[in-house]
Amino acid sequence: MVQTLGRLKESASQTAGPYVHIGLTPNFAGIAGVYKRDLGTAMVNDKTRGERIRVNIRVIDGAGSPLKDALVEIWQADAAGIYNSPSDLRGSADPNFTGWGRLPTDMTTGECMFETIKPGRVPFFDGRKMAPHLTVWIVARGINIGLHTRMYFGDEETANAEDPVLMRIEQKERVSTLVAPRDGDIYKFDIHLQGINETVFFDI
Amino acid sequence: MTRSRFPANRPPEIGAFFQRDRNWHPQAFTPAYKTSVLRSPQRPLLSLDNTLSELTGPVFGHNILGELDNDLIHNFAGPGESAIGPRILVYGRLLDERGIGVAGALLEVWQANAGGRYRHKKETYLAPLDPNFGGCGRTITGEDGSYCFRTIQPGPYPWPNGPNDWRPAHIHFSIFGHGFAQRLITQMYFEGDPMIWRCPIVRTINDRRAIEGLTAALDMEATIPMDARAYKFDIVLRGRRSKLFENRIEGN
Repeated sequence: MVQTLGRLKESASQTAGPYVHIGLTPNFAGIAGVYKRDLGTAMVNDKTRGERIRVNIRVIDGAGSPLKDALVEIWQADAAGIYNSPSDLRGSADPNFTGWGRLPTDMTTGECMFETIKPGRVPFFDGRKMAPHLTVWIVARGINIGLHTRMYFGDEETANAEDPVLMRIEQKERVSTLVAPRDGDIYKFDIHLQGINETVFFDI
Repeated sequence: MTRSRFPANRPPEIGAFFQRDRNWHPQAFTPAYKTSVLRSPQRPLLSLDNTLSELTGPVFGHNILGELDNDLIHNFAGPGESAIGPRILVYGRLLDERGIGVAGALLEVWQANAGGRYRHKKETYLAPLDPNFGGCGRTITGEDGSYCFRTIQPGPYPWPNGPNDWRPAHIHFSIFGHGFAQRLITQMYFEGDPMIWRCPIVRTINDRRAIEGLTAALDMEATIPMDARAYKFDIVLRGRRSKLFENRIEGN
């Protein structure tokens, strides 16, 4: 026998279920008056630095249908590449930018639209620069454990080509599943849960 | 957002998170829970050492909280009214895998009412709505990771999966840690509920101990006599590597 390490096990994940909106976006669910506004709906204000963009996200199932009951969260650096988090020791982030957004997909169209800014570049753990990206987390009925992925920007070809995470993807044709094309100020990011275009998801 | 959750003597930790035990968590593809069939990624996940994008995460200050946010009996009720159902306290600590309390973390909960009915436009169960029950609550953990909610015990309810599948009574929990990689949603079950072991969603978890870890214990010592029973529910998030070997003692 040896001493025990005394570690605990992480609580096991369970699906967010069909009524995730009640807990995380109650005003969207029609439950008014408990919270003033749903958290994560406003990432920017008039003073936020950086280029204003919109990000349109859909989550598409194995039958090709967009999920109308999903919840999407994004987390990103500010325009200078700093996270609004105590764990980012490189400097103070833009106080007018939360870096975090949360939206339900529309119950009719399956789309959600984040109003945010384009993030700056953040260093990889070995010091190389990553291309600008959003960290994306998806939960929904039928998803047993939240899915982590990233969205990169279609008009950042040079940065994307040298991004250390994208370079880790063995099947080069799958890189495009993480790159959202730009149309005006809108980036359109379709996340495919299955199929030939299945998005790259991360175990991070 | 504020940085207030870290006391002066506890600098933010920046070590990478422990690897997630994917055999302890449910698999993505669990055919007995039918909805997972078309919503489960089929390709292997790409393993990635944490970068700043996952080591960091948003902070929520106490200024977002209203007085009744952790009191589901009253936060939707009319003046002088309260929700119907068995009154309970749900309390516990948010810990990480090292057993360290996770301070300043946002916990959000949602649940059905005492009849097993959710207040949601897509909900069709015939049990009635309670006009004084909304079903959502939130709180932020204290310095030692502790938290508490007051609510009513939700009812079990049938759901369209098998022809006669029922969910055990449960409360949904959404948890933020200190890094986005710790993000977790789970469900709390109640000690002694015979429906737990019959539920296809519970059974997406293969390890019995992991299910027991989601089952709150009745704690008579923490009850409020003549008012509410108490259930204790500790939640564990991923731990993180120390920086001991980088000439930093902090966090050990």
